[in-house]
Amino acid sequence: MEQKKLVAALMAGAAGLSATVASAGYDVLNLPLGATANARNNYDLHMFVLWICFGIFVVVFGAMFYSILKHRKSVGHKAEHFHENTTVEIVWTVIPFIIIGVMAVKATGGLLAIRDTSNPDMTIKITAHQWQWKYDYLQDGISFYSKMSTPRDQIEANAPKGEHYVVEVDKEVVVPVNKKIRLLVTSNDVIHGWYVPDLAVNQYGIPGFIKDTYINVEKPGVYRGQCSQICGKEHAYMPIVVRAVSDDEYKAWVEETKAAQS
Amino acid sequence: MSAASLDRQNRAMLRKLLTIVVIMAGFGWALVPLYRKICEVTGIAQTRSADSVANSQIDTSRWVTVEFVANNNGSLSWQFEPLKTTLRVHPGELTQVMYRVVNNTGRKVVAQARASYGPVAAAQHFKKVECFCFTSQTFEVAETRQMPVTFMLTPELPRDIDTVTLSYTFFDVTAQAAPPKG
Amino acid sequence: MAQAHTHGKNEHVQGHGDHSHGHGDHHDHHPTGLMRWVKSTNHKDIGTLYLWFSFIMLLSGGALALIIRAELFQPGIQVVNPEVFNGLTTMHGLIMVFGAIMPAFVGFANWLVPMQIGAPDMAFPRMNNWSFWLLPPAAILLVGSFFVPGGATGSGWTLYPPLYIQNGIAADMTIFAVHILGASSIMGSINIITTILNMRAPGMTLMKMPLFIWTWLITAYLLIAVMPVLAGAVTMLLTDRHFGTNFFNAAGGGDPTMFMHVFWFFGHPEVYIMILPAFGIVSQIVPAFSRKPLFGYSSMVYATASIAILSFIVWGHHMFTVGMPVTAQLFFMLATMLISVPTGVKVFNWVATMWKGELTFETPMLWAVGFIALFTIGGFSGLVCSMTPIDVSIHNTYYVVAHFHYVLFSGALYSIFGGVYFWLPKFTGNMYDEKLGKWHFWLTTISFNITFFPQHFLGLAGMVRRYADYPLQFAEWNMWSSIGAFILGPSQLLFLYIVLKCIKGGQKAAQKQWEGADSLEWTHLPSPAPYHSFETPPVLR
Repeated sequence: MEQKKLVAALMAGAAGLSATVASAGYDVLNLPLGATANARNNYDLHMFVLWICFGIFVVVFGAMFYSILKHRKSVGHKAEHFHENTTVEIVWTVIPFIIIGVMAVKATGGLLAIRDTSNPDMTIKITAHQWQWKYDYLQDGISFYSKMSTPRDQIEANAPKGEHYVVEVDKEVVVPVNKKIRLLVTSNDVIHGWYVPDLAVNQYGIPGFIKDTYINVEKPGVYRGQCSQICGKEHAYMPIVVRAVSDDEYKAWVEETKAAQS
Repeated sequence: MSAASLDRQNRAMLRKLLTIVVIMAGFGWALVPLYRKICEVTGIAQTRSADSVANSQIDTSRWVTVEFVANNNGSLSWQFEPLKTTLRVHPGELTQVMYRVVNNTGRKVVAQARASYGPVAAAQHFKKVECFCFTSQTFEVAETRQMPVTFMLTPELPRDIDTVTLSYTFFDVTAQAAPPKG
Repeated sequence: MAQAHTHGKNEHVQGHGDHSHGHGDHHDHHPTGLMRWVKSTNHKDIGTLYLWFSFIMLLSGGALALIIRAELFQPGIQVVNPEVFNGLTTMHGLIMVFGAIMPAFVGFANWLVPMQIGAPDMAFPRMNNWSFWLLPPAAILLVGSFFVPGGATGSGWTLYPPLYIQNGIAADMTIFAVHILGASSIMGSINIITTILNMRAPGMTLMKMPLFIWTWLITAYLLIAVMPVLAGAVTMLLTDRHFGTNFFNAAGGGDPTMFMHVFWFFGHPEVYIMILPAFGIVSQIVPAFSRKPLFGYSSMVYATASIAILSFIVWGHHMFTVGMPVTAQLFFMLATMLISVPTGVKVFNWVATMWKGELTFETPMLWAVGFIALFTIGGFSGLVCSMTPIDVSIHNTYYVVAHFHYVLFSGALYSIFGGVYFWLPKFTGNMYDEKLGKWHFWLTTISFNITFFPQHFLGLAGMVRRYADYPLQFAEWNMWSSIGAFILGPSQLLFLYIVLKCIKGGQKAAQKQWEGADSLEWTHLPSPAPYHSFETPPVLR
């Protein structure tokens, strides 16, 4: 009796939860589909692994819950006394090997893709500072700092929070779409992480070293990210905003920025 | 088994296990030279001495773009830049480029530069014959200095690498370099 | 507190000594009162001290977590400023790892190793006493660092330089605490290994040892292998801070990345130090309530050993965003994925143990089943994290936070709870309150999932961890996570009540309280277990 009540309560809870989930604000659930081929690959790879895990979960826990329901003392089941079975044990060692082999092949492809920084169209050097980012466009000779622009009042709840609370900056990183842009990440002080989920980039900046990665944004748009490695008290307050624009718009922005710099 | 012999056995075991502890402690410290050696071999670490460059053939069949980058660390906010930001070179070719420091900090600075390369796979193929990073440098107030770097990319540089970055970061080591005694 | 409530235990020993082979009367020479605990060299006393210490640390670390969750209930800064917040996350991690989880398992080892192998006590009783009494000073250093100028260390429990070097005096206190904790762990491990290898009853061959003993034997070897490495790493931090060395300082030819390598060379085996004994406890509980021997005993032993060996070659998977050479990333990815095979074998073995058994679901079994189900979810998210390209997208996000709470909370801690309920009758001679125990399990399990499941979503969507403040789109799931935490935390006070109630009295426990339990403490020793376990070795069939 009690169990039936419990199951009913759980089902009601699940229904309630899924209703809330469907409403706005709860759609934050998965990797972003993103704006680069790498982000899309990641999304697909993750879904692939997730479904495999789900399958294993159903098989293993199907067996476990079957056992929990049918092999309990309270339904009069008597224990059998087997405690090994070499065939079964070999099978369930070999099958996982095969599964992770398949996963490994896919993951290796993804890994090689995200590390392939060859043939870039341009290079941007990113220098992390406590707590802002500096961007140097090596070819176009542009250089600027980018700081969070969210006012203190919003943080301390003296003013209503804006739409892009803590993920808005004074100067956005403007990049052209469909260009392979090599990013050189380093740091001025402690370790930081340049992380933009939509672009599937997450690279530590380490003082004294440059580390390279790349982006190739396919869709114009604004992509927001944050510092991923703890770097002191303003760790949460050094956002990244990348604005991807068409080639012409990019050229116009370069001219404008250069004029302003000189 | 008597209590005394058990005691002896236990003590023997204690000694063995303590030996493992000591060995592992040693191993922990040995990771430092080990890591440095690995970094040296893979070229990730900057060596403080000139690389010897074998007389190698210049591979004129390919061009590699070399980008030059300059960084300052921490409170050191002087002007430090490469005179050229990019250059196209052939693997196997010795090339000299210049970096410039303008000490506008208003004080005498002892600084140490550290080299780094991107991508990481190119590091071991980046040979420096002459570099200001081999020793720390002293800069007088308002001094402007141009410093050469002579380097070569080995012809063994993997074919898929067509852009290489040479980066220097200057660290202020004035405090450490203060007169050793009195 | 511990003293007052557990002292009564010994009085029961004589009264229930009917099966004790006369061992119960050997405890006449030990001091009473506080000095009994300070000076005790008895494995059960020390085990009790470890377990209470661990519980106090669990509540302290939990309190820090609740402040963290209070701050994260809404975007914005409401409860603590970001500097204090960083101290909270750092100390929550250090206290839970070194103060709560590890000492709890050492506590179980102290109680159970002599009883399960048929020995009178641990091999080095006096060293045992030292290894416990090192812990409170370390705990005071850690907790006290909140109150020194500059506040607690705020660089995350991984202590990465150069940020770590920027901390105040608290950084040195933390290093010192880690040294002490390391020394304590090493002494504890030496004791455990020696006891297991030298003091087994005749006939107790290695392959007849209960799985808990096996997992601890392997864990203890891991501890003496990696604790000295951690000690070295933090000592280098200390000399970098104070003596001008340049291990991790790029200006002097050092490399901050090297700290990560050395730290995680310790850090990954450390993860298994916290989970292998849990595997052992679960492998004791599941057969007992299935009334069926553990399935695949020898494959369990081999799986444990292979996990331990693999743990030394996977550390790089904590550093996929450092920019290592791609071949190194590939190696660490493949090695990491390989670990899922022996771990999977363990889960299959537990399920096969339950299969066609005669299952009952007393509280310890609920925790064990909860462990298997939730730990497996943690295993799946671990598999997701192991794949380098995905890990780059979720490194340092709440996905990782969710992952390691599924393996450490619903893994390690669930096994500790299960173990306490399982052995409380043996420890105290009394039964715990079954109904309350089940409440504790369900409250914990439901609120645990409310707290941590949404963190998978947050992490995938890109919410970075160790953030005192966050963008608005993460508000809803953070609210749920905080609500869950505020049920989860207080629920553990129920556990305190249940344990105290059980120590004070209750229905008397039988010698073999659990029908399917077959290790020596159930088959050969009365409940409560006598002060000295086996003065003369038991006769094994």
